[in-house]
Amino acid sequence: MHSSTRFDIIAIGGSAGSLSVVARLLKALPGEMDTPVVLIMHRLKNVSSELNRLLAFGRPIQEPEDKERMKAGHIYLAPQNYHLLLEADGTFSLDYSELVHYSRPAIDESFYSIADAYGKRALGILLSGANADGAEGLARIVKNGGAGIVQDPMEAEFRIMPQAAIDMSADIKIMKTDEIISFIKDQYHTK
Amino acid sequence: MVEEISNTELQELIFIIQHQYGYDFSDYAQASLKRRFIRFMGHAQLEKLAELKLQLQTDPDFFKKMVEYITVNVTEMFRDPQFYQLLRDDVLPRLATYPIIKIWHAGCATGEEVYSMAIMLQEAGLLERSRIYATDMNAANLEKANTGIVPLRWMKDYTHNYIQSGGLHDFSDYYTARYDSAIINPALRRNIIFFQHNLVTDHVFNEFQLICCRNVFIYFNRTLQERVVTLFYDSLAPRGYLALGMKESLLFSKERKKFEVVNGPNKIFRRKY
Repeated sequence: MHSSTRFDIIAIGGSAGSLSVVARLLKALPGEMDTPVVLIMHRLKNVSSELNRLLAFGRPIQEPEDKERMKAGHIYLAPQNYHLLLEADGTFSLDYSELVHYSRPAIDESFYSIADAYGKRALGILLSGANADGAEGLARIVKNGGAGIVQDPMEAEFRIMPQAAIDMSADIKIMKTDEIISFIKDQYHTK
Repeated sequence: MVEEISNTELQELIFIIQHQYGYDFSDYAQASLKRRFIRFMGHAQLEKLAELKLQLQTDPDFFKKMVEYITVNVTEMFRDPQFYQLLRDDVLPRLATYPIIKIWHAGCATGEEVYSMAIMLQEAGLLERSRIYATDMNAANLEKANTGIVPLRWMKDYTHNYIQSGGLHDFSDYYTARYDSAIINPALRRNIIFFQHNLVTDHVFNEFQLICCRNVFIYFNRTLQERVVTLFYDSLAPRGYLALGMKESLLFSKERKKFEVVNGPNKIFRRKY
């Protein structure tokens, strides 16, 4: 049975110190949740990452191909060397242009496109990280009516990334990992 | 500073460009096209969309600069080394059976992948009988590509890519370093022709044994991708090869049944007949 929720997409960005948090969040996702999740993690160029292996619990994590349509309940990981953008019709568009915040994928670029395409139906979550990528993007999601959560900088291994988002918008919720999990679960209580 | 462009505003920009300059961006992927316009406005220090529209309507040089900026030209030599390894090991030996090998690099940007191909053909002893047609819609890219000059600071990465792709020679034999530039050995350029070709509007111009079009499709929507796949099919000799970028796919194309998959992960396809 599908549970109703206000979100059509959950986008999670993270950098240094975020991997274990992402793992905890994904493990805790309600089984009946059908909202697709998009992960944008900073990764090393041309180095095949272990993320997929580390994060492989229950639901498969896939790197989308260009123009692939997002499917209910799937978890997508931004492929290395591309910015991952969402189109309004629910398909992915990849982009191989300049690095942003020294990174490709850049969290900001995904968040901007999600804010544009999904408006209030987007939930953005920004975790631990050692630079400010994702902060402006999360503020944009919130500005366009979506919900924005950062990992509490007190808990985050690297506080710069969540703190940058907090400094940018007063409407961003600050939560510890457990609270983020409860927040997501609350969205999916079958009504 | 402009942070967002609405769909209506994007359509207006596309209309102005099409109407005034004949370039058609209407089937580019919207998310990345919006992003390019926004980045260009930051680059040109324009505060408002109205300023961008006005400049476009009144200044052809400005338009030219904008097209050069918004069409992405990020590239590398031996980008995705495992792809080049496959070309070297599996594709080139098959191409070697043709008396003349014709290759099309569509959307070649500043030519780094074209020169990579020339190096591999040289090492396979095939460069002499190869003709490489390298095209792009962006004239500034082609001019740059034609000089064969690459910033020296990238050569360390490119050397690494080259070695990873299975290259056995001393990579520095292929260029001369001068100040902060690397000049590609002119002998490698002898069978390369650079010229302007726009995948959106232009047609078949030759028949090829191999077409490389890597990380160009991603900027197109499905409609335009479909057109270009057909253009490539019509431009390939029977059993000719098509190479796309690592995350590009023929999966969503109606034409996919006309191609066989040579290597799925590395996106090498072959025209069936």
